[in-house]
Amino acid sequence: MSWHNTSISLMAKALAAKEVSSTELTQYFLDRIEAGKQWNAYLDVNAHLSLEQSSKADKLISAGKAGKLTGIPVAHKDVFVTRGWKSTAASKILAGYQSPFDATVVANLGIPDESNPHGAGMVCLGKTNMDEFAMGSSNENSAYGPVLNPWNPAHVAGGSSGGSAAAVAAGLAPIATGTDTGGSIRQPSAFCGLTGIKPSYGRVSRYGMIAYASSLDQAGPMGKSAEDCALVLSAMSSHDQRDSTSLADSGEDYGRYLNQNWQEGSTNSAKPLEGLRIGLPKEFFAEGLASDVAKSVTEAGKTLESLGAKLVEVSLPKTKLSIPVYYVLAPAEASSNLSRFDGVRYGHRASEYKDLGDMYQKSRTEGFGAEVKRRILIGTYVLCHGYYDAYYLQAQKIRRIIAADFQAAFKECDVILGPVAPDVAWRLGEKSKDPVQMYLEDIYTLSTNLAGLPAMSAPCGFNTNSLPIGMQLIGNYFTEARLLQVAHQYQRATDWHLRQASGVA
Amino acid sequence: MNLDDVQRIAHLSRLELSQAEAEAVLPQLQAIFSLVEEMQAVDTSGLEPLAHPILFLRNLAQPLRFDEVSESDHREENMKSAPAQLEGYFLVPRVIE
Repeated sequence: MSWHNTSISLMAKALAAKEVSSTELTQYFLDRIEAGKQWNAYLDVNAHLSLEQSSKADKLISAGKAGKLTGIPVAHKDVFVTRGWKSTAASKILAGYQSPFDATVVANLGIPDESNPHGAGMVCLGKTNMDEFAMGSSNENSAYGPVLNPWNPAHVAGGSSGGSAAAVAAGLAPIATGTDTGGSIRQPSAFCGLTGIKPSYGRVSRYGMIAYASSLDQAGPMGKSAEDCALVLSAMSSHDQRDSTSLADSGEDYGRYLNQNWQEGSTNSAKPLEGLRIGLPKEFFAEGLASDVAKSVTEAGKTLESLGAKLVEVSLPKTKLSIPVYYVLAPAEASSNLSRFDGVRYGHRASEYKDLGDMYQKSRTEGFGAEVKRRILIGTYVLCHGYYDAYYLQAQKIRRIIAADFQAAFKECDVILGPVAPDVAWRLGEKSKDPVQMYLEDIYTLSTNLAGLPAMSAPCGFNTNSLPIGMQLIGNYFTEARLLQVAHQYQRATDWHLRQASGVA
Repeated sequence: MNLDDVQRIAHLSRLELSQAEAEAVLPQLQAIFSLVEEMQAVDTSGLEPLAHPILFLRNLAQPLRFDEVSESDHREENMKSAPAQLEGYFLVPRVIE
């Protein structure tokens, strides 16, 4: 049985019917991870710990105490702290770091015990590679080497959750967690032919998620279908008192609309999306978008239209400005968040220094990579006395305009459709010399983080070089279940999400 | 922005940059800030800054709890990753002579 081509809902059925055990599934993926090291998708794997968890899952299953996800393996982005596995955020400054606790996401998905009674029972396969502290769009900023794209190893896997994307695309995990501060779930999902969702800000707890930009960071699943993502997001999301922006109304079944028609009570199976208005922002289809990406996304719109949806043009006039706004706010928050790395309580400490100040400085200088340093410098600058109003406050004010622009668009439509990125996965090294060129690649994903809206990526085609293209669906606040419904209906009508990279056996 | 600015913010960030590194990062920062300058053309008079997205939707009160001990003692576990420690304390270079 090729379990890496199997949806997790089918895996759950096989587990419940005792056709396979969690230990067998876990060993199957551990073997694939061992054989698939060339992608550099994982930073830490510990077979002993994984099998300890799978044996607990098997006991729960035989005791009749299994939930929907019990026994299914999952890979965690290395930004989530985990007990047992190293937690490094792909930084040298956290090399070898062992967390004394699990992130809420890890606990919510993990094996239940006395201190974690609501764990979903999933088995951790290990920690996936990423851009250092989630800063990057190509995974080339990892201190532990870039991740290769399973569709073509000469190309990047995307970032920052590139390890999670490559792991699922190469069949080294059935599903993985990611985080998205400016597109880090959606863009690598698009680059690797996966489905991934970033929920509304506040839906998933940030506790134990190593912070990059706290007002933008959100976690979500990356998998092979909208249905799989709905299952895992439902288990990830919860109200958490340890995150001050966690929302009280976070726990819900995000899969509840999947197989329903858009309009309640409608039974027209040929037109399941009748009544749905899809907005195409004209700024998302303007100059700079690769023609084959534009073509695939436009065709996805037509498919959705054939399922009953109505397409309308909308406008998000500040789309281009989302880049400067983001690259002021995210570094500002990062410079503050990363001040905790001082070589005192955890993390790297320089071996030689003159005094305490010198120890901070040398530890940080040796521990952080080039992009992280660059963003700390930008952030420090924009928060300086004399620049704060012109940069930081101005960016926060434009952020309000960007959020309001979305509300104006959502008067005309229920869901927004556009590309995830201007182009497909680029070649390794192609953009890494020029940071600004890399930042411009984030143009279609940043604004939803600034506004805190849910958005997802789903495969919708390939370019002429057989590299995957993703479409982006953006919804209004707290409409994740509706986004997943639209994507699921699309995936019932198409098979892009079922395609496998030819280099993956 | 000039090289002195780069060294000043590097110091504020507690990062060391050699002359060569500062010279390499300066044009990158200049390019980023010329992008950032585009923000100045936007009229934002009368607008409140938006610190995080939930504030766009509703007021979010700072969650509070009773000032009671809710955690058990994890000192040993929490100290495990300290680069230097002695008897449960973090060790740092002498600060006061």
